[in-house]
Amino acid sequence: MNNLKTDLSKLKNEEMILNMGPQHPSMHGVLRLELVTDGETVKECIPHIGYLHRCFEKHAEALNYQQIIPFVDRMDYLSSMNNDHVFVMGVEKMLGIDQSIPKRVEYIRVLVCELNRIASHLIAIGTYGMDIGAVTPFFFCFKEREHILNLLEWASGARLLYNYIWIGGLFYDLPVGFEQRCSEFLTQFKPKMRELDELLTNNSIFIGRTQNIGVLPLDVAINYGCSGPMLRGSGINYDLRRIDAYSVYPELDFEIPIGEGKMGTTGDCWDRFDVRVREIAESIKIAEQCIERLTKELKRSPEFDPRARLPKKLIPKAQEFYCRGEMPKGELGYYFIADGKSDKPFRCKARAASFSNLSVLPELAKGAMIADLIAILGSIDIVLGEVDR
Amino acid sequence: MENRKISSLTMNEKISNLIKESFGEQAVLSTDFNGLQGIIVVQTNLIAEISLLLRNHPTCYFDYLSCLSGVDLGLEKNQFAVVYHLSSITLGYQIVLKVIIDHPRDTTQLPIVPTVSQVWRTADWHEREAYDLVGIYFQGHPDLRRILCPDDWEGYALRKDYVAAESYGGLKINGEVKTNE
Repeated sequence: MNNLKTDLSKLKNEEMILNMGPQHPSMHGVLRLELVTDGETVKECIPHIGYLHRCFEKHAEALNYQQIIPFVDRMDYLSSMNNDHVFVMGVEKMLGIDQSIPKRVEYIRVLVCELNRIASHLIAIGTYGMDIGAVTPFFFCFKEREHILNLLEWASGARLLYNYIWIGGLFYDLPVGFEQRCSEFLTQFKPKMRELDELLTNNSIFIGRTQNIGVLPLDVAINYGCSGPMLRGSGINYDLRRIDAYSVYPELDFEIPIGEGKMGTTGDCWDRFDVRVREIAESIKIAEQCIERLTKELKRSPEFDPRARLPKKLIPKAQEFYCRGEMPKGELGYYFIADGKSDKPFRCKARAASFSNLSVLPELAKGAMIADLIAILGSIDIVLGEVDR
Repeated sequence: MENRKISSLTMNEKISNLIKESFGEQAVLSTDFNGLQGIIVVQTNLIAEISLLLRNHPTCYFDYLSCLSGVDLGLEKNQFAVVYHLSSITLGYQIVLKVIIDHPRDTTQLPIVPTVSQVWRTADWHEREAYDLVGIYFQGHPDLRRILCPDDWEGYALRKDYVAAESYGGLKINGEVKTNE
């Protein structure tokens, strides 16, 4: 069986086919890139995906809405809370109960989502540094991420795949003392970010490796359906938390960082990286505001039951709905078709952010050096669990 | 909030009128603006032209294709659908385009839909996915290969009549489960 898309008989003399991955250490999982190279230059790059394909959508058709949530967790396994949140929002909207969710539940959801967003960005930043040769930041990031994972484990019982946000409520209320320990973590974390800035973001070797590399113009980014830091790195202020104003985000104060071309061209690898770094600071801001509300006007009370609003019958009316939300990688969307008779979706399609973000790679890789290809791929920040679903 | 609802209703109608004006009354087969999102069902053979119009026209300017999904509409209907979720970054507006194809569901002759990958490059991979999992042939697609399943996979997994494969590459997929006794 021929595993190459390129026609070998049409290769020129100086061209060579190089398979990068699926076991390459900087492929972030199992991604295979088929490269047509001329010396060190990439002439063409063809991604082969699907090594982690589990056909989530087929599974979803056989399970009821509540049972799908653990599957949704496993799509982007670095930010399960965000996956759950968008999924749950979509189902609640279809059931028509999205307005009756208690405020405390919404704030807890946003708090854990933003903590998870920080954890996901820390991985993106740490592994990106490692991809292009800086090993130390990786340990810095993982040390901090470990604190977040401990917090989330305390709340939900699991380190990565939480199943914490349920349709109509939560698995449990936050454990007693969570808010305090969380704000302690955020206080000690803020100076660490400055340390990381000095270590990596403003490091001249790092800048040299990433400036003017993999420049993604805005029109190309939009046309390829890029989203999240990919799209904002190219210089557009587009964040679904603001655009759609879902959950309690309109009540919170935060900025949307965009790429400005500080180190070269707008939309280069450094810009995308920088957007993630600055987004962490914004997420800290959001988390602090959530904690403030959760300890003051929305304080825990013995009467509060996060499971009180769980619907007894999970059968939405016959309709279709596309629900989208901003996760760390970009726009995550679920397209539901409900037939009105069963508690299982007739069709549940997931629009994964990494899937569309990765599809722009052949465009970016054309004419790049092989060493830069790693820098470009790392700056896209893909999770193969989500690409392949 | 009430105002916004009225304005979005007229925006939906504006878009459907725009399609009717440009391609004739019969281009729009049906509309549904009562649900959570406005849906316009259009003629299958016009989808590429309509997409291009909606992307470039100043009243809607749908520059972003959020999602493209192939759907098997069920065993009793014998119909397939392709659903396009468009979104306009400039105007902050969303709409759903839909084409429906009658098909007797044999796997030798796939339902055919014109590609929109030259309008939005997002559609390139999304159409490959719909081809791979639902079995819809996108006419004019530059590179229609399977994307998630292996090239020699048989059948289309998201069809409602799909029977799970028993073996692949000479290996049993779900071998017998043996318990310790």
